[in-house]
Amino acid sequence: MWNLAEYGDSPAVIESSGTVLTYAELKAETEALAEKIGRRCLVFSLCRNTIGSLIGYVACLNGRIPPIMLSSTLDEALLENLLSVYAPAYIWCPEEQAAQFPGTEPVYAAYGYALLKTDFPKEYPLYDELGLLLTTSGSTGSPKFVRQSYANILDNAQSIVQYLKLSADERPITTLPMNYTYGLSIINSHLLVGAAILMTEKGLMQKEFWSFFREAGATSFGGVPYTYEMLDRLRFYRMQLPSLRTMTQAGGKILPELHEKFAAYAEETGRQFVVMYGQCEATARMGFLPPEMAAAKKGSMGIAIPGGKFRLIGADGSTVTAPHTTGELVYEGKNVTLGYAECGDDLSRGDERGGILETGDMAQFDEDGYYYIVGRKKRFLKIYGNRVNLDETERMIRSEFQIEAACAGKDDHMELFVTDAAFAEPVREFVVRKTRLNPAAFRVTVIDAIPKNDAGKTLYRELQKYYE
Amino acid sequence: MTNLEKYDQVFINAFGITAEQLSGLQYQDIPAWDSVGHMQLIAELEDTFGIMMDTDDIIDFSSYEKGKEILAKPEYQIEL
Repeated sequence: MWNLAEYGDSPAVIESSGTVLTYAELKAETEALAEKIGRRCLVFSLCRNTIGSLIGYVACLNGRIPPIMLSSTLDEALLENLLSVYAPAYIWCPEEQAAQFPGTEPVYAAYGYALLKTDFPKEYPLYDELGLLLTTSGSTGSPKFVRQSYANILDNAQSIVQYLKLSADERPITTLPMNYTYGLSIINSHLLVGAAILMTEKGLMQKEFWSFFREAGATSFGGVPYTYEMLDRLRFYRMQLPSLRTMTQAGGKILPELHEKFAAYAEETGRQFVVMYGQCEATARMGFLPPEMAAAKKGSMGIAIPGGKFRLIGADGSTVTAPHTTGELVYEGKNVTLGYAECGDDLSRGDERGGILETGDMAQFDEDGYYYIVGRKKRFLKIYGNRVNLDETERMIRSEFQIEAACAGKDDHMELFVTDAAFAEPVREFVVRKTRLNPAAFRVTVIDAIPKNDAGKTLYRELQKYYE
Repeated sequence: MTNLEKYDQVFINAFGITAEQLSGLQYQDIPAWDSVGHMQLIAELEDTFGIMMDTDDIIDFSSYEKGKEILAKPEYQIEL
């Protein structure tokens, strides 16, 4: 995947702890780990924004060992279920978490991470081109993963390098998890050009994040819509950040007024604000709004990335040719992933999409060919950048409590409807625990009955009055 | 309500916790006090006390006790 030897003594990763690895050192570390694993097999990688976590990822990709990328804070019960479904040969996790996996044998350690050998009696065969597996939501614990190929990852990273004009003097700072497609795409694209990745476990709301940002001279960061809301409230515009050049945004549609504010800030300070569009199913990125158009095309997610193509399909199945007409957004490109895996047997599946992805997003384009997302075909919300499926959340509530429930709402605000006040708080707590998202995103409303049509289907439109 | 009672109530409401949990509570000690929770906390403190906090104070607000020190600063003059 990456030719680490090419950049020799340049720093590849700088951790907020002060630890630095050059490309040559990263090469040596990752080769040692890959050699220890020794063969093509499935690895569970429990991710953090640390050097140890990065070594595991790069070792797997360069060593053609497919990892399933998971958060190191994933609920233990959900993790256990995933282990039994996929039966990985190894687990790469923070050393202090090793005790969580009885029956495994520690066989190697580096930079605070441990390699644990599992004892599953069975291994599932792996498709030759399978590069890695990522969750679409990372939350509700569904064993559904997106299967990305080596060609997908490389093609998308190259495209990102091209449209963001990345070079070796970039220093992106981590603001997103490594097991999240957008966070991973930042790592993938920057390792390709020999840049230095600044890794920290601290967040935007912590002083240590900003002192590391300044000391290490961060040049860029990425954020989901909620990140920009936080920066706005932090009065980010007044902060002294001389090294900053580029801010990118993805993971959902940013509020138009914030789009405008950050575009104006970028213009005034000689920086770039790049609104982007993507999905895990397309590796990471499909569209971007060229920064020079950021102010002029407020609310737009832009045009297709280099090597990709967009089109819209209308309700009658024909291609939309007129501007300002809604259709389902379809993307075509080499970064369209192989398909999904929902169980171990799916790991041997090949390419099921043939380079074409129906995004499920409803969109329009304007006279200049710039695209605007206007809605969604499926019922899910983006909460702090994470996709949360409303129907799946309803199913989880029903099976846990054996009650009637409905889920609706807007991005970053999920509305939970129940008919019995006694379940209001337990349901909210349950959803918070299962999604591992901040409780502020969930509100429960008790109503007399869940509105339904004669066929028993929930009438979500009638629930809108409670939150609009 | 005294200022201290108001201060405590903001934490209790923002994070859904009890008064017993307040002493020694630090950023990221509980799942609710993440970056999202932090923003809620600051917004509610600003509303409750009618103040506008500086960026440096918002990111320095790392614990229940540290917050008291910050609010007592001359800019805000909230004695708890």
